[in-house]
Amino acid sequence: MKIEILGMGCATCNKLEDTVRLAISEMGIDAQIDHVKDIKQIMTYGVMTTPALVIDGVVKAAGKIPTLTDIKQMIGGK
Amino acid sequence: MTECCTKDNDNKKKINYYIPFLLIPFAVLIYIFLEQGVDFLVYGIFKLDRSTHLTEAIRFFLYDTPKVFILLTVIVFVVGIIRSYFSPEKTRKALEGKPLFAGNVMAASLGILTPFCTCSAIPLFIGFVESGIPLGVTFSFLVAAPMINEVALVLLFGLFGWKTALLYASTGWLIAVVSGWVIGKLKVERFVEEWVYEIKAGDFQVEDSKVTFNDRIQAGHTAVVDIVSKVWIYIVAGIAVGAAVHGYVPENFMASIMGKEVWWSVPLAVLIGVPLYSNAAGIIPILQALLEKGAALGTALAFMMSVIGLSLPEMIILKKVIKLPLIIIFVSVVATGIMIVGFLFNLIY
Repeated sequence: MKIEILGMGCATCNKLEDTVRLAISEMGIDAQIDHVKDIKQIMTYGVMTTPALVIDGVVKAAGKIPTLTDIKQMIGGK
Repeated sequence: MTECCTKDNDNKKKINYYIPFLLIPFAVLIYIFLEQGVDFLVYGIFKLDRSTHLTEAIRFFLYDTPKVFILLTVIVFVVGIIRSYFSPEKTRKALEGKPLFAGNVMAASLGILTPFCTCSAIPLFIGFVESGIPLGVTFSFLVAAPMINEVALVLLFGLFGWKTALLYASTGWLIAVVSGWVIGKLKVERFVEEWVYEIKAGDFQVEDSKVTFNDRIQAGHTAVVDIVSKVWIYIVAGIAVGAAVHGYVPENFMASIMGKEVWWSVPLAVLIGVPLYSNAAGIIPILQALLEKGAALGTALAFMMSVIGLSLPEMIILKKVIKLPLIIIFVSVVATGIMIVGFLFNLIY
């Protein structure tokens, strides 16, 4: 599983990354986490608000930090 | 799994959707009886002397702080719910293919309602440009979004009354429409960084999971927690400054510098305000102090608009996607608009 966090280094973006890391460690899942900071790459996903959460190439959330429970659902529910 | 990490997360605790509806009448009640309550406390219980400056300052602080916080909480909550119906993606869709003037009008209006944070300015800018929305229309959005926000309106309403709040919102909106339209007419496309046009943005399908009304209540609650926790300290500090000035600085102290007879006060206020960056919460209570001491309304509004509408950090962020000449054009057009509004109000009032 590949999880990407899209964000240009803002505080909320880092917080999203922390929350995602926490989620996968609690779920005991092996996933690759990338924090994408390059704007050109971010735009290829078509999002207009950061931070955004992308799981296996699918944008799951943009412009907000989902709660830990929601993130677990997004990871588990794929 | 460690113990430490379980607590902080799930930070946004879900609230029961009926709780806000129980609290709102309660807040209204406090709001109505606040002045009497504070008077009773200050004169009846503390037995302070009515004529001293200190009493005036204390009364001002005790009255204004809860008043502003009640207003802020209720309105931010309501706006949070309204905003949950909007998103930048939807706004972009709505603006696609709109002609220049109608597009400016729509962009300025949507700028008020769409949730927006300066930190997302770049993806938003690129997203707009990429889908063919004219630059002028994009700028209307970028002017309106920060300038007219619920915190500014709440504070203006709470401290100066609804007329000033309405005046601010409508003139701010007008500035956004007109300056975007002017920028659109200036044909400034060549001042956008080339790589912006080369980006092929993917088509983003928001996973439109069903948003229930309960979710929107949560959005309102989240907005209250986020915003109040961020701005409360500025508001308290601002009101404290306001209270001190209220009690001690002589009447008409500011009239000689910021009064309406002083024509250059408007450009000067804008010049000082543009590089300054503060959220609305920090600036308004100070404005109140200025106004009370004889500063003209137009000058004060111009100052406030330039502080929260145009800011150095936003320009630095935008510099990544647009070249310096366009930044200068952008700032001068908007600043000119603000000055006209300032002069106009000094003339009328």
